Amino acid sequence: MVSEQRTDVPETPADPPVLVMEHVSKAFGPVVALKSGRLVVDAGSIHALVGENGAGKSTLIKIVAGVHRRDGGELRLGGQSVDFSSTAESKAAGVAVIYQEPTLFPDLSVTENIFMGRQLLGRGGRIDRAAMYAEAERLFRGLGVTIDPRRPALGLSIADQQIIEIAKAISLDARLLIMDEPTAALSGVEVERLFTVARRLRDEGRALVFISHRFDEVFDLCDTVTVMRDGEYVDSRSVADVTVEELVSLMVGREVTDLFPKLPAQIGDPVLEVDGLTSAGVFHDVTFSVRAGEIVGLAGLVGAGRSEIARAVFGVDGYDSGTVTLQGGPVPQRDPGAAIRAGMALIPEDRRKQGLVTEASVARNVAGVIRSHLAKAGLLTQSAENAAARDWAARLDVKTSSLDALARTMSGGNQQKVVIAKWLATKPTLLIIDEPTRGIDVGTKAEVHRLLSQLASEGLAVLMISSELPEVLGMADRVLVVCEGRLTADLPRDAATPEAVMRAATHGQQVAS
Amino acid sequence: MTDTVPHTDRATEALVEPSRLSPAQRAVSALVRSREVSILVVLLAVVAAATVKNPNFLFSGNGWRDLLLTPSILMLLAVGQAVVIITRNVDLSVGSVLGLTAYLTGRLFVDHPDLPIVAVVLAGLLAGGVLGLVNGVIVAYGRVPSLVITLGTLYIYRGIVLTWAGSNRINAADMPADFLALGTNQILTIPVLFLVALAVLVAVGYYLYTARGGREFYAIGSDPDAAVLYGLRVKRRVLSAFVLSGALAGLGGVVFAARYGTVSSDAGTGLELSAVAAVVIGGVAIFGGSGTVWGAALGAVLLVTINRALPILGIPDFWQQALVGALILGAIVLDRLLASRRARRLVESRDESPTHTAEPGPAEPTDSALAEAREQA
Repeated sequence: MVSEQRTDVPETPADPPVLVMEHVSKAFGPVVALKSGRLVVDAGSIHALVGENGAGKSTLIKIVAGVHRRDGGELRLGGQSVDFSSTAESKAAGVAVIYQEPTLFPDLSVTENIFMGRQLLGRGGRIDRAAMYAEAERLFRGLGVTIDPRRPALGLSIADQQIIEIAKAISLDARLLIMDEPTAALSGVEVERLFTVARRLRDEGRALVFISHRFDEVFDLCDTVTVMRDGEYVDSRSVADVTVEELVSLMVGREVTDLFPKLPAQIGDPVLEVDGLTSAGVFHDVTFSVRAGEIVGLAGLVGAGRSEIARAVFGVDGYDSGTVTLQGGPVPQRDPGAAIRAGMALIPEDRRKQGLVTEASVARNVAGVIRSHLAKAGLLTQSAENAAARDWAARLDVKTSSLDALARTMSGGNQQKVVIAKWLATKPTLLIIDEPTRGIDVGTKAEVHRLLSQLASEGLAVLMISSELPEVLGMADRVLVVCEGRLTADLPRDAATPEAVMRAATHGQQVAS
Repeated sequence: MTDTVPHTDRATEALVEPSRLSPAQRAVSALVRSREVSILVVLLAVVAAATVKNPNFLFSGNGWRDLLLTPSILMLLAVGQAVVIITRNVDLSVGSVLGLTAYLTGRLFVDHPDLPIVAVVLAGLLAGGVLGLVNGVIVAYGRVPSLVITLGTLYIYRGIVLTWAGSNRINAADMPADFLALGTNQILTIPVLFLVALAVLVAVGYYLYTARGGREFYAIGSDPDAAVLYGLRVKRRVLSAFVLSGALAGLGGVVFAARYGTVSSDAGTGLELSAVAAVVIGGVAIFGGSGTVWGAALGAVLLVTINRALPILGIPDFWQQALVGALILGAIVLDRLLASRRARRLVESRDESPTHTAEPGPAEPTDSALAEAREQA
């Protein structure tokens, strides 16, 4: 197998690939994040790295970036075997990583952000601001953008922040630029600008690695694509020789139903009815229903407006027109309290920030929303909290040393279970769950899925937002696809193929009109 | 404001247009709107009001001297405190460090009358630096919030002075006349101690603005996590900020001994809060990342001068305290308002730009390119 893979690696000493990774592995305690990663990137090319969430892409990248140290395998940069123990070492070797949400210093000027730690010095070792501004302007011009080099980074869009990061990478003369899902938070025009910049860098002879979930972007921008699955290298192809269908099958590579045990459920009457929900500039004329015992998947690209729709239904955000009805009764706008009393529960995407008090105990977290029921004469007793929490923790199989353990100390999967327990304690009739398994290891993922499936079979209506296609396809009785704020498809389980969902998610307007 | 955003139709064009102002114009407008200038205006107003009421406040030998001399100690503390706060930390131990080094200074003169004055000054600086180092090591490497650590060392250092000094007291008679003269001497009518504070201010201000290390203090305070990702030596920088703050408090102790001539175990009690107040009034963001030592020093002068001017203006004791409190609250509220206004403006300057309001014009290259991309997928 090794010799087979070697054949497409040019071994000519004159022009070795910029990056060669072979059989790279990495484990975090008992969790193996990367079994056998392989990535070979040539100079003057843009290389796509695709795979489902949890396929090991990020771990692979973090090894190149010097964030993690590999357990085994080979890592060569420009033909030299390297082993980075810090991001500084990797940077010095010419590697630049641009994360989805760059980290800049908001108080400092754009120019200082580019040159921090290696400012240009003038006479007497003083920082030469004029030279730095000029250099920053030159960098921006070279990238074809005009950003005021003197303005602070505060208030810059994510797209602009990425440009700053790219400018920084170029000023460091990085030969390998890695972009980790850079387009997830960008608008169409911003994406196009980023691509123009990326192509320019490629034409200068730099190597680029581009991680993306959007196939249209992979096909538009990249020359080569490497597919990963479950921590392993699957295949590497020229983009010209591969189709979307092939990529999808390489990425998924298994029967979707194996991973997600969806129990058959008795589907009952509509629980949630949303009619003509519109919020100017966010989503438009959204109409759908969720029935008892039904899991409805809300699919679409990041930024399509899925979470916004969920937030509006739950009453966190307002909307301009339309109605939300729960079990026949209207749900008022902007009143999550009323939504909870009516029987709704929302488990947000970012559990650390919105769903979980990480510095509080498991028991306190679980009992959080139902405090008023548990309290006696306005006082909350620990024993009442613990009794309620023990009940739910057992039902959901939360693995924790004790109910007093701080939520922060638990794994992502168990944190998610605590959040689910917290909301189930309110005895909802509708559960809205946003990205239920983001950041959860593969094993616990299946448990979360089994749990959702079991809840549905008990008659709960579930609206599940997910960016992971296999999750949506595996779990949902019905798939709604959102594209640019509109519902573009309503697919029953049988008709929901990856291709159909992807088409509706990327070709939104054509389908809608 | 200039809201003339030229409309360009290329996708790769600016999201954020450079300002039309020349660098010189910008510098002037930034200066006029700066916190330093507004504090200076308030300070001049306070001095003017007090002088109108009692011309001796400014126009007498003593008045002029006191105007510069009384804030000198607080200026030293405020400069050190500003650097610490810029790194998103705080040093509450400076009052105790000052007390300890002031007593040390007196003790050295008593026990070793032959020591040259320079050596005693250096000993004060060094002692302060060591006490600051203790703070810095625990904060930087112990990963404990500086508020808690320095609150602890505030009591510990004060406890050391109390144990050491007991009810003893250093008197002017114990110290050499040349040393005490430092507290009263003037050069061209300017008190020597003020010149010392000014020299420290200029040196630190210059370093913060022109040296890589100085800029890194700001970077660390602005986003500590990003600073780590940038490969900055965050721990060393934070440590050095505390050493600087300690050393300046140590110098403050020496200055205290020279100025007042008597040192007892409670010297400098409560000064840490005045130092934090001066820094906040001076426009240093309490969560770090922005502000200058110039502002902090001006804040110190304003704080001390207001305290001296209010009795002259006939304002009762209670209101004097309340006014200082109002000044601090006002400074923080002002910061909040200015910061959110600035953030809004910066976001607007981005949203007004053409790419965010792109209308689907006919044959716009970007739209068609995008459509093509989607066709392919």
